[in-house]
Amino acid sequence: MAFISRGFRGKRRDAASSSRVPPGQHVVGDFPVLSAGPTPRPDLAKWSFTINGEVDAPKTWSWDELRKLPAEDITVDIHCVTKWSKLDTSWKGVSIDTLMEGVDTAAEYVVAFSDGGYTTNMPLDEITGHKAWVAYEYDAQPLHPEHGGPARLLVPHLYLWKSAKWVRGITLKNEDEPGFWESNGYNNHGDPWREERYWGD
Amino acid sequence: MGRLTVTRLTWQIGEVTDIVQETPKVATLTIEVPAWSGHLAGQHVDVRLTTDDGYQTQRSYSIASPPEEARLALTVERLEDGEVSPYLVGELRPKDSLELRGPIGGFFVWRAGDPRPLLLIAGGSGIVPLMAMIRHRAAVEDHTPVRLLYSSRAFEDVIYREELERLAAADRTLTVAQTLTRSQPAGWTGYARRLDRAMMDEVAWPAQEGPQVFICGPTSFVEAAAGLLVDHGYDPRWIKTERFGATGG
Repeated sequence: MAFISRGFRGKRRDAASSSRVPPGQHVVGDFPVLSAGPTPRPDLAKWSFTINGEVDAPKTWSWDELRKLPAEDITVDIHCVTKWSKLDTSWKGVSIDTLMEGVDTAAEYVVAFSDGGYTTNMPLDEITGHKAWVAYEYDAQPLHPEHGGPARLLVPHLYLWKSAKWVRGITLKNEDEPGFWESNGYNNHGDPWREERYWGD
Repeated sequence: MGRLTVTRLTWQIGEVTDIVQETPKVATLTIEVPAWSGHLAGQHVDVRLTTDDGYQTQRSYSIASPPEEARLALTVERLEDGEVSPYLVGELRPKDSLELRGPIGGFFVWRAGDPRPLLLIAGGSGIVPLMAMIRHRAAVEDHTPVRLLYSSRAFEDVIYREELERLAAADRTLTVAQTLTRSQPAGWTGYARRLDRAMMDEVAWPAQEGPQVFICGPTSFVEAAAGLLVDHGYDPRWIKTERFGATGG
């Protein structure tokens, strides 16, 4: 017989939002902050976004150059491994497809890297095909440093630790290489709908 | 000594053996988990609650007990509009069963034997994972110098107050500095304001000591503390943070 928590009644969700909330998650109204260390203080004059690694010629954009690329408005649900989900968040940023235009690579994996030393790994085909962006606005405002500003990766179909805050680039890799949380007990893939939270999930 | 596990973290049923009210809103649950694999100081567990018609919800809670204790202790703050914490602090009774899995998190952990001096900074119930570190250090009689800066709203909100007093009195290498931000009892000799630069300069190790720092509390508190330490000359890589918002539930 399945376990029942004696005396627990729970707060019920309406069916509409339930269908959008992955298992084990609950919807929040605010925007919690999670990060493993101090919030970096980058100088935008020296900021750049780089695609390097298994590529003939690395590509780099300055802050001003990135801001001049075609940008998209993105409205998505986001899911944090710490159990909260936030629905209909609105962002503005540049699609990874736009950044990858003209990049010739046989790499199948990427490691995103950030100010402060944070890294996270993903298969390349999970951030291309209109699935990921470099986002620099949230709710029509410059992205707040606590939430990853000046720019963060936005990969909404995976748990939010994959959406690297303070992102500075992606390294294309032939082999999959676990990033920061992926080396510290968290799942290598991180699909919230399959509840891939931790190692072995 | 706990260790990280590469195998799947399976859900386990523990039995609540004891509940101690630490403050008006905070209680410590002691749980017997028959197949507990051990943990490191600073790790957390996921708790899953299930209703009789199958609805489930999960939250994460820091482990308060040191690796050396057989039973798991979770210290939980009751959030009035939360879904899980009012059940854990209010409904749950000794002999009840609780479903959990863990330990989780391999970064915000401290192991005795690390030679760097420790600076622990806690806001409110952010003391919980730091207390696991303090208890771990005491249990193995490690004498790494530790300074704890602990901010609470009022005297009655201070979690583990007597135990911290007792440990600090018995150990010259453990220094506890406290601040009460909202109200202070008569004769209070600690700080009586929000964390600020002057307080941090008095409590923090000089940067030359190359300390290791763990900060846990609400986001605004963690941001302020980490920012002050970077200004103080600390390398950001020395500083590990853990946060909770108003959504712990």
